[in-house]
Amino acid sequence: MDLSLSTRTVGDRTVVEVGGEIDVYTAPKLREQLVELVNDGSYHLVVDMEGVDFLDSTGLGVLVGGLKRVRAHEGSLRLVCNQERILKIFRITGLTKVFPIHTSVEEAVSATD
Amino acid sequence: MATVELRFSALPGHVRTARLVAAAVARRVGVDESVLDEVRLAVGEACSRAVGLHQRSGVEGTIRVALTDLEKRFLIEVEDEAGPILTAERDAGAEPEAGEDDLGLAVITGLVEDVEVDNGAEGGLVKMSWPIANVPVEA
Repeated sequence: MDLSLSTRTVGDRTVVEVGGEIDVYTAPKLREQLVELVNDGSYHLVVDMEGVDFLDSTGLGVLVGGLKRVRAHEGSLRLVCNQERILKIFRITGLTKVFPIHTSVEEAVSATD
Repeated sequence: MATVELRFSALPGHVRTARLVAAAVARRVGVDESVLDEVRLAVGEACSRAVGLHQRSGVEGTIRVALTDLEKRFLIEVEDEAGPILTAERDAGAEPEAGEDDLGLAVITGLVEDVEVDNGAEGGLVKMSWPIANVPVEA
C-alpha cells in the first residue's frame, strides 16, 4: 500500500490526514508535504495518523523534521493516533515526550499549550 | 541453510517486499501472531538502515535477508554490502535528518530482545531472533 495525503484547514490549524504506509520509500512524500506547508506559512500542523497502517523510524524522522521546522516559526505539530502498534514506536524511541499525541482531530485542533 | 533467502538491490522500494516476506515466513514457521507486527517492523528497520548505509556510502550492492527456522527460534539476518561501519567517519559526516539511523537502531533494540549488530563479509550484519511459539499446522 502506498501513502495517501490530504490537507484541510480547521481554524488556524492545518490538518494533514495520512493513510497507508510510512516507510523509507514513502516518507520523502510526507517530508515534501510538511516542508511545502511550512514554506506556505502553515505553522500549526495536526498530523492525523488514524489511517496509517505502518510507520517506521524513517517516518518518525520526517515527523521530527517537521516539528523542528514549525518550531522555527514558533508553530506546533500535534499528532492524532489511537493505534497501539503505532504508539508503541513513539514510546520505545522516547518521542511521546516530544510530540503532543491526541485521541481525536477535534481535541488536537482545539488544544493549546 | 536459510529457510527462505531474499536478495534485493539496495533501493527503498524493495524494503516493503522484505517486510511482507519476513512476516509471511514468520507466520508459517509458527512465530506467535502477537509478535508478527514486531517482526515486520524490525525487518523493515534493518533493511531501511541497510539501504541508507548504501545510499550514504554511494556503494551499489545487494541486501541479503536470510530467514531461518531453527525449530525453537526464528532467526532473521539482514546483511548489506556497504562496507565496514566507520563510526568516526559517520560522526564527522552529514547526518541524515533527525538521526534516522540512530532512530532505526533504537526501534530495533527496543523491539527485539535478541539482537546483534555486527560486521558481515562486506558490510553490516543485523541478526535478530524470536521464539517459535507453536508447531505450525500443515495445510
